[in-house]
Amino acid sequence: MALLAWILHNFWSLLVACLLALVGLRIVWRIHKYGATRDELAYILRRSPFYLLVLTFCFFAAAPFLIMFMHTFKTDGDLYRRPQPFVFRQDPTLEHLDALFNNTAYLEFIRNSVVVGIAVVIITLVLSLPAAYALARLTGRWGERAAILMFLVYLVPPTLLFIPMFRIVVLLGLKDDPMSLIVVYPSFTVPFSMWLLSGFFKAVPPELEEAALVDGYNRVEAFLRVVLPLSLPGIISTIVFTFTLTLHEFIYGLVFIADTSQRTLSVGVPTELILGDVYFWQPLLAAALIIAIPVGLAYNLFLDSLVQGFTMGAVKG
Amino acid sequence: MSRRALPAFPFDNRRVVGILFLTPALLYILLLVGFPFLLAIAFGFSDVTVGDTDLNFVGLQNYMAVWENDVFRQVFETTIRFTLISQVFILIFANILAIIFTQDFTGKWFARFIFILPWATPVSLAMIGWLWMLDTKYSPIDYLLLQTGFLGPDGILSNNRNLFWLATPDLSQISVIFVQVWRMTPLATVILMAGLSSIPTDILDQAEVDGARFMRALLQIKLPLILPIMVIALLFSMITMFGDMTVVYVLTRGGPVDYTRVLGLYSFQVGIEGGNLAQGAAISLFAFPLLLAMAIFMLRTASRAEVQ
Repeated sequence: MALLAWILHNFWSLLVACLLALVGLRIVWRIHKYGATRDELAYILRRSPFYLLVLTFCFFAAAPFLIMFMHTFKTDGDLYRRPQPFVFRQDPTLEHLDALFNNTAYLEFIRNSVVVGIAVVIITLVLSLPAAYALARLTGRWGERAAILMFLVYLVPPTLLFIPMFRIVVLLGLKDDPMSLIVVYPSFTVPFSMWLLSGFFKAVPPELEEAALVDGYNRVEAFLRVVLPLSLPGIISTIVFTFTLTLHEFIYGLVFIADTSQRTLSVGVPTELILGDVYFWQPLLAAALIIAIPVGLAYNLFLDSLVQGFTMGAVKG
Repeated sequence: MSRRALPAFPFDNRRVVGILFLTPALLYILLLVGFPFLLAIAFGFSDVTVGDTDLNFVGLQNYMAVWENDVFRQVFETTIRFTLISQVFILIFANILAIIFTQDFTGKWFARFIFILPWATPVSLAMIGWLWMLDTKYSPIDYLLLQTGFLGPDGILSNNRNLFWLATPDLSQISVIFVQVWRMTPLATVILMAGLSSIPTDILDQAEVDGARFMRALLQIKLPLILPIMVIALLFSMITMFGDMTVVYVLTRGGPVDYTRVLGLYSFQVGIEGGNLAQGAAISLFAFPLLLAMAIFMLRTASRAEVQ
């Protein structure tokens, strides 16, 4: 706690100090490696505008998240009375984090989101793994048409469908039930993961399957025993992005579910943590940041894989 | 390992397995997208409300009422304007960022994490951050401007202590567009990066052997090759933005007055909050011709790129 308080009190100076230290270390390391020659100094000078550009972009991207982080720990007095948003005049507090987890439905939102996400991922995989393989290998012209159809479907936004979907959900008796989201979310996760997965499947050399066929496997076995294990990294990245798609979804969640305890994260946080005109700012900002960081890390971890699947999916096999 | 565990014949035929593999997914999607879509059109021709759910045919009445409504006209125009203006900035920034992130540099992993955050964060949660950044009274941006003399009694921008980012007609529109650019740029960047990485490296190596300088390599070789993927990135983010209502739902609820009301939000407010399902459906259907045109244009571009 004392360490946290110290960090927060000196937040901006520490941030700048860290950056400068990193830049300094890098320059020292380069000079140590290549010697302080004219060429080397010229190189460092030539590269610095590039890094400045990167830094500027990063600052714009990160600004709201930095503010979220600082404000999570501010006391009400510090936040609202003659506000100075960039410094702490009172000691930071953990009471708002405590309140977020103990006095709000935040944990329930997380649980609902995770349940819905996992169920949707399972349905999506069951439907799209074979379909993507069919698109990648088995079908000719009509498969191509099916792929284009899927692609068009993916472009029909939820804003066009949520009103009839709402009626259907009510008729099925699924209103206020996360089950409704589990049924509806595959309508956009399946086309998305079919496209991505067919990209990964195309990357598997066809000769391997041919060899399996010669060995006496049939098509289905070749798919299950050869193609699936080889595409495992791609499948994992598809799982990650499918899950986060369900985490992002807002409109269906807002329309189908009005019951607080059944709401998902993306809907629950902005609707339930704001009571009329009363905003519980610190818990709100903390709630957003706590989700943003892990999802951001997951995206960064699997980005190369996404780019690869996206590229291969666009190339006709 | 039993090699003939499954009945052999149907599973050996490419066509049969192909149909078998593809059908469940296709059926599910057609049922879940096709059926509601037809229902939306039917709703548009009816007088269905939340209270009275019988479908009585009323002809073009809803569509006419919507089209002649001044609010709808303004909402439609706002949606198109937001989408077009933000795309210009998204495309500029995405191109710069795609070039940056296809290079190697120190700290790339961390920089990429930061730059991807706006896209990775669920939209509605990221908007909470911006709701605070643009707050009428406590905005940190206002505070910075106040300290640097742009605001306050002798301020350059305004004599007020605040700019009211989300409460004046012009600024609220600028704020919404800015936030959209902020969150959509990473998506466009990633699509462009996919395009850049798909350019065969031997073409670039060849160009270097030929002595093409960096700018020339960029303009004459890379640019024509990534132009199609640029169109795809553009239309992807256009369609995503055109159908989006989350940003304005959290930030402004369409206000002040109607200045930031977009099509999706309007349809939600009329159809769900107002309970008039028929008119809500009719409103959202006006988006469809535009979306369809964009999608067709996109596919055309993509297939033309393949021919080359």
